[in-house]
Amino acid sequence: MQSAKRLLPVLAMGMMLLFACQPSGAAEPIRIGVAGPFTGSDASFGEQFWRGAEQAATDLNAAGGVLGRPIQLIKADDACEPKQASAVASRLVDRDKVVAVAGHFCSSTTMTASTTYADAGVLMITPGSTNPQITERQLPTLFRMCGRDDQQGVVGADFVVKKLKATHVAVLHDKTTYGQGLADAMKTRLHSLGQTEVLYEGLTRGEKDFNALVTKLKSIQADAVYFGGYHSEAGPLVRQMREQGMTAPLVSGDGIFSEVLVVSAGGPGFLKGVYMTFGADPRKIATGKALVERFRQNGYEPEGYTLYSYATIQTIAAAIQATQSQEGEKLAQWLHGHPVETVMGPKAWDAKGDLQVSDYVMYQWDDKGKYQEVE
Amino acid sequence: MDITIFGQQCVNGLVLGSTYGLIAVGYTMVYGIIGMINFAHGEIYMISAYLTAIFLALFTTVGIHSLPVVLLGVLVLTMLFTALYGWSVERIAYRPLRHSNRLAPLISAIGISLILQNYIRISQGARNQGVPPVLEGVFRLPPDSLDHRFVQITYLQSLIVVVALVSMAILTWIIQHTALGRACRATQQDRIMANLLGVNTDRIISTVFVMGAAMAAVAGFLVTLNYGSFDFYIGFLMGIKAFTAAVLGGIGSLPGAMLGGVVLGLAESFFAGFVNSDYKDVFAFSLLILFLIFRPSGFLGVPEVEKV
Repeated sequence: MQSAKRLLPVLAMGMMLLFACQPSGAAEPIRIGVAGPFTGSDASFGEQFWRGAEQAATDLNAAGGVLGRPIQLIKADDACEPKQASAVASRLVDRDKVVAVAGHFCSSTTMTASTTYADAGVLMITPGSTNPQITERQLPTLFRMCGRDDQQGVVGADFVVKKLKATHVAVLHDKTTYGQGLADAMKTRLHSLGQTEVLYEGLTRGEKDFNALVTKLKSIQADAVYFGGYHSEAGPLVRQMREQGMTAPLVSGDGIFSEVLVVSAGGPGFLKGVYMTFGADPRKIATGKALVERFRQNGYEPEGYTLYSYATIQTIAAAIQATQSQEGEKLAQWLHGHPVETVMGPKAWDAKGDLQVSDYVMYQWDDKGKYQEVE
Repeated sequence: MDITIFGQQCVNGLVLGSTYGLIAVGYTMVYGIIGMINFAHGEIYMISAYLTAIFLALFTTVGIHSLPVVLLGVLVLTMLFTALYGWSVERIAYRPLRHSNRLAPLISAIGISLILQNYIRISQGARNQGVPPVLEGVFRLPPDSLDHRFVQITYLQSLIVVVALVSMAILTWIIQHTALGRACRATQQDRIMANLLGVNTDRIISTVFVMGAAMAAVAGFLVTLNYGSFDFYIGFLMGIKAFTAAVLGGIGSLPGAMLGGVVLGLAESFFAGFVNSDYKDVFAFSLLILFLIFRPSGFLGVPEVEKV
């Protein structure tokens, strides 16, 4: 009796192991990591990532999966923190054994996490990191679905100088890899257009009071402000500019491309004269029409990087299907040589992993909290 | 240099400093009475921002639109509920550790701060939240300036300065002239003796946490209305800045907290405005280090005398 009792836990453990092994008999899913800021002040971008990826996985699985196996997404939150990004990257590689990663969002996190993926030979496609340095390092398994800040900054600078006819341009950034990189790209273009910025300074992420900086902008009579950063700082910044009576336009990049900017500013009324660069609105591309409708039926507006994220999962799936392989190097090799049909139209990559065609255009906010392309 | 720019930077610094001061009061009072830094205080401030938005929405849905009633109602409710949080934090995280090692409540403070942050993140979502603009309007000097040469203060900014001053005055009066204040001061001077003389020191300590949280709520209310947006992470940076203000003013001193706040606010504004905003925080924290080295008791603090 005594020994039987002692055996019981062992038996139970054995049963558990048996059950734990069971699912491996069925078609094992192909794991893809989705990494981005699902918490923190950039969480709205993380939501765009997840919504897009989730929908793509659902659609692909409904159509029979990849190589006859379902796709399983693994969510990894980096909170836009480089340190945390490195930790979740290791987790995705070592524990979850993902085949590929769709992510990250913030350029600073993509920079740190990408080396982990590259070392492990895991394919990484970032739907939204735009810092030029990311692909300049020529990691063989790294691609992006979006443009680069040196393209984005050029569009921004051209717009400020040629369309807005500004002569006293102030360039601000938030001291992040993305924000400062974008501001630098804009500044370089500004110089080649024969202008010098009247101010080039950084502000602190997480703060809400930029009144001192705004007063300074006023005192140097800036007639246009370019900001490299995210909406959580752009919102208060533009609000305080308007409150202090500054009507100068604020121009920024994809980091503020979200309707959450209205919330960050505390009302749509402050957003008149705010401009931002982003890829040509993917919602208007014919190939994505049906998908956009489906998102809207579910009560979600697929703005910003949602469709980029969808296209990223499609691309990963296409590469796996075409090569019949799950090795990062093989997938990457294939992607370097073959264009992929995505929901955003055909996409092709150069040797560095950048898109061959970039399509940055300027958008303009109105005082109703909506944005549209500048004619 | 243009005098209006200088004046405007003074206003910017004063407004910012007033909010620092209001939060610094919580640090300084708690330090004064039990000699520990309440690192969860920044989160209490963050929670008050959410409460402000919730009560504002509540008043609008109920259908009360009279601005003074709404503002006062929201302020009082926010103070009440935030005070409840302050009281609970003390009860849960600090009181059981009252007689343990000095480090224990410090660790517990960091723990409760993480818990509060994540509780808000999970229950309210991680996205930025905002409130619609209220009380729009501005005083300008000179009032009919056509170009940009004027000094201005918005109604809300002046409200921040006035409310900060008034609540500081009320608090100082409570501490100096009421029975409760006397009990607070007695507990601060010698907790055991106060206890022997019939002061319920546990209750006094609770009261101090409640008052500190209520002041943080005043700041949270004003800041939320003024800047319009907040997220679950705002308590961190604000907490550090307010703590700096408390040390600058002399930790343990009430008027010192307000003074420290205003000095810090002005220092930040002037540095960002006339030197470089990149190094604004470096400047602020260098100031803190200099004070800790050369005058650890701050502007108004009394140098600590070894109790015999």
